[in-house]
Amino acid sequence: MQRFLNKHPTWAVFILLAAALLAWLVFSVWPEWLIDLIGRKKTFVHTLINGLTLGGLYFLVASGFTLIFGLMRNVNLAHGTMYLLGAYIGYEVAEFSNNWFLGLIAAFIAVGLSGMLMQLFVFRRMEGDDLRQTLVTIAISIIAADLMLAIWTGTTYQFTPPEWLFGSVTLPIVSVIKSSGEAVYLKYPLYRLAVLVLSMIVGIALWLFLNRTRAGMMIRAGVNDREMLSASGVNVQLVFMLVFAVGAGLAGLAGVVGGTALSIAPGEDIRYLLASLVVVIVGGLGSITGAAIGALIIGLAEQFGLAYFPTYGVVITFLIMVMVLAIRPQGIMGK
Amino acid sequence: MKTQHGISEQLLAKGSPSLWLLLAFLLIYPAISNDFFTFQIGAYSLILGTISLSLMMLAGYGGMVSLAQLTVAGLAGYLMAIFGENSVGVMGFGWPWWVTSVWAIFLAALFSAFIGAISVRTEGIYTIMITLAIAVAFYFFVRQNYVLFNGWTGYAGIEPPTILGIYWRNPVPFYFLSLAVAALFCGAVVYCSRSTFGLALQAIRDNPRRMRSLGYNVALHRVIAYFLSGIIAATAGVLLVWFNGRISPGSVSVGVVIDILVIAVLGGLRHPIGPFIGAIAFVLLENFAIDLIDRERFNTVIGLVFLLVVLYSPDGLLGLWGKIRMRMMNSGKTGPNETRGEIGSKSADSIETS
Amino acid sequence: MIKKLLKISLVLAAFTGWNSAIAQDTIKMGALATLEGAFTVLGEDGMRGVEMALEEFGYEAGGKKVELITGSSDASPDSALRAARKLVEQDGVSVLVGPLSGSEGLALKDYAKTQPDVTFVNGVSAAQDTTLRDPAENFFRFTTDGAQWMAGLGEYAYNEKGYRKLAVLAEDYSFPYTQVFGFLEPFCRLGGQAPIDARFWVPIGNKDFSSVIAALPDDVDAIYVALGGADAINFLTQYGQAGGELPLIGGSITVDQTVLGSEGRIRDHVVGMPSSGPISDTWDDPRWQAFTDQYRKQFPDGFPSPSLFAHGYYISTKAALLALNEVNGDVSDGGKKMRAALSSLSFETPTGMVSLDERRQAIADMFLTEVTVDGNGNLVNKTISVTGQVSQTLGLPYQEFLNYGPVSRENPRCE
Repeated sequence: MQRFLNKHPTWAVFILLAAALLAWLVFSVWPEWLIDLIGRKKTFVHTLINGLTLGGLYFLVASGFTLIFGLMRNVNLAHGTMYLLGAYIGYEVAEFSNNWFLGLIAAFIAVGLSGMLMQLFVFRRMEGDDLRQTLVTIAISIIAADLMLAIWTGTTYQFTPPEWLFGSVTLPIVSVIKSSGEAVYLKYPLYRLAVLVLSMIVGIALWLFLNRTRAGMMIRAGVNDREMLSASGVNVQLVFMLVFAVGAGLAGLAGVVGGTALSIAPGEDIRYLLASLVVVIVGGLGSITGAAIGALIIGLAEQFGLAYFPTYGVVITFLIMVMVLAIRPQGIMGK
Repeated sequence: MKTQHGISEQLLAKGSPSLWLLLAFLLIYPAISNDFFTFQIGAYSLILGTISLSLMMLAGYGGMVSLAQLTVAGLAGYLMAIFGENSVGVMGFGWPWWVTSVWAIFLAALFSAFIGAISVRTEGIYTIMITLAIAVAFYFFVRQNYVLFNGWTGYAGIEPPTILGIYWRNPVPFYFLSLAVAALFCGAVVYCSRSTFGLALQAIRDNPRRMRSLGYNVALHRVIAYFLSGIIAATAGVLLVWFNGRISPGSVSVGVVIDILVIAVLGGLRHPIGPFIGAIAFVLLENFAIDLIDRERFNTVIGLVFLLVVLYSPDGLLGLWGKIRMRMMNSGKTGPNETRGEIGSKSADSIETS
Repeated sequence: MIKKLLKISLVLAAFTGWNSAIAQDTIKMGALATLEGAFTVLGEDGMRGVEMALEEFGYEAGGKKVELITGSSDASPDSALRAARKLVEQDGVSVLVGPLSGSEGLALKDYAKTQPDVTFVNGVSAAQDTTLRDPAENFFRFTTDGAQWMAGLGEYAYNEKGYRKLAVLAEDYSFPYTQVFGFLEPFCRLGGQAPIDARFWVPIGNKDFSSVIAALPDDVDAIYVALGGADAINFLTQYGQAGGELPLIGGSITVDQTVLGSEGRIRDHVVGMPSSGPISDTWDDPRWQAFTDQYRKQFPDGFPSPSLFAHGYYISTKAALLALNEVNGDVSDGGKKMRAALSSLSFETPTGMVSLDERRQAIADMFLTEVTVDGNGNLVNKTISVTGQVSQTLGLPYQEFLNYGPVSRENPRCE
């Protein structure tokens, strides 16, 4: 923190000012001229929180993607497929057991296992040949998408989250003051806040896992120098399988979380694959922090786009991507 | 690796009987098939093959796997509708066909060079991700933009011209038009691969760092390669929009973008003829899968074929053919010494990406 | 290589020789629906409708056998065109029933003009311009378009519900434009308002509506929602989650069985939601009851009740068969006589009489419905009223109707 202040004083001041402005926008009661300028406060604050929660969901998906790439240089274009598969499996288990949390865990384990098998039977055979690995993941995603369509058809599925997570909560943020002087507080769906909390927990857990455990240490060593790691007697294949399992499992977990916040239908695989791609391109391939930053930017851009310029909302995210590539090709946190 | 390359090369070398036979067959093909096979199978395969050829050129000689080749072709198609004539009542400046097509191809090739400029600053596998993202961004943009691209509906009524009293969408003329374009670019790619530029590009593919220290402008070579491949893709895009008579966001969606990659890999990325073989296989499957399998599982079939090719024959169907040829020759000449054709040695053949 | 080429040419010869070998006493009929992609379920139900009609006629028309050849698209116009070309140019069908979605219909209309000897009967595609502007001589539509489907709903919202000012939320492509037009035109003519800045056009396939919901205005009486399938389910759930309280009015596919039958929490917000469309699940008319009974008997694994896709394809196929009967199965003249018969055809369907106008577009009855809970606890659309014989120009003279201009985000302006 101190170092950052000393190194980039202008940036630090800029960030502080932006944070203060944001806090004022969120907590103050908006004057008339501001409402005339950018619309109601309710729209703005809702969109802001929506962006944060969507960013949380994108982080859940993209963190696995970037983790796998960071260690194995494997661009897993079947990552979206794992998201969708996790959602369907989680749905079946949750329906069968009547327990949403069982569905969540089942999705993590089942998709994690399938990722492990992919590493064991497919990617191991073509190590170091990243183009072929990528082509194989494309082939797998084509086949899996078609098979999932055959099994679960084109119908839309929606999870039933636990009762206590459904409905909305009142936030301590004033929306408007009525003419009677009574303050109207903002309401927000509780489940979406839970998504944000969950993604933070996963982020912290990942950080702890990578920085505080022996396995994490090996993974970081592998990211830096794969050959040296295997030379020092570590079973690299085991590490690879572990990382693939965690990365794929996270995608499966995100499937259940995202499927509950929104819904599951064919085509979601491509949507989340693209979200992951853009997030890691913006954030920097292979970096967990980068994934978090990228997810936040993309989530916010998407939601503000949808609320304020619905027609071109989708395009904004890609403009951000092109801009980042032009200025910093390796991504914000990339090396 | 060299030998296999050599065989497919030899197969189509100047004056080789196979080449003449192939040409003869392609020329009499419309006479022995009906309109459907001439137009829907023949011409369509040639167009898809030409788009894949532009990918093959980038990937095979430049080591850059771009998923945005169909996007370039699609942009050229859209530009034909915008500057030429369409029946939708949006845009349609009504320029004469030869101005429109040259202009459309030029602009689309510039767009391709722009894609190149964005993606060549990063290395290797990044390209595939960035070009995929650009392709999808283009899809979303044309879907939402009504002023230029007429949104979801897109354009219809885009007609090829009538020249010399021939209406060029009639199956036989259109087939020959596509054949001429395909042959022209096939030859151009072969020629280009042996030119100074092509050799430099291949050297850059194999070792960009060395070429840089030798004083070559690596980025510029790559961007020019994108521009040239853009000309190929855009010309095929003009044919494609004449073929369909229409273009809409569905024509440039992710699925179709991936199809082009599938075609190129299926056929083989080592020789310009590969993409056309891939295209024929793909188009035949696409049209007749519904007669072969009961439920519509076309994507599973094509995905499985693709997977098998990537797993067992990285050089595609063309490489498979070369392998079989070599094994036959080997067993004829040297008997037991034929392990080279085995699956195990395949990884060295795959193209390099960094 | 040479051998390979020889083999290919042999296969080609086999294919090309195929056509001439067909005997003259069968009529080839093509049916084109979305049997792949996200609309597979809908396309399959459409095919059930085709089979029902063929079964009813014993696979015979005018004393000749009818051979059915199916084609598949993925709802994109390009794929529909490809499949249609195969059916017409390779399989040689003389009648083609299809397609399913709006933009496919527009593509096939253009294609029909290049194949004057083949008769095209629309499946259920509902884009207005397929028959309204620049129609094809050999393209017939016995189903109705998206604006016709809205007949009676605008009046109902204004007169019965007493709404004066509305917000609009719809997907951003031609079918919802058509629906919004059909709904707003009478509503605004009566004096209602739907300001341009209160119309929200979201990209098709959008899943996250939370920010759109936050941007919806408070000072309106109700929201008109024209979303389909997964988009509708997502919106309805999230609207409830966000504590939305405004009454909703639905487009034809916003509260159909694919949405009402889905698992989830939409129930609380949709009961009482009015809508309109070409069918009504619970209509107690004997013709409709007989049709649904037959559907359930023939397809035990189909939907609980035929969807508008099965209904539409059934009507279209039946129209083609009736016309073939009339000309004794004679299509040797390139189908001229058959098309003359189709033009003047008027027949009884499960949802009332259908006839064609001079642009070969159907005039039919429409249903005004409201979502209720039936005896088994399922959500169904209850019939409120039937609007008789709705024409494509909504009762206006053709030229006057054209003055409205093509459907778009801002048509009608309604201020």
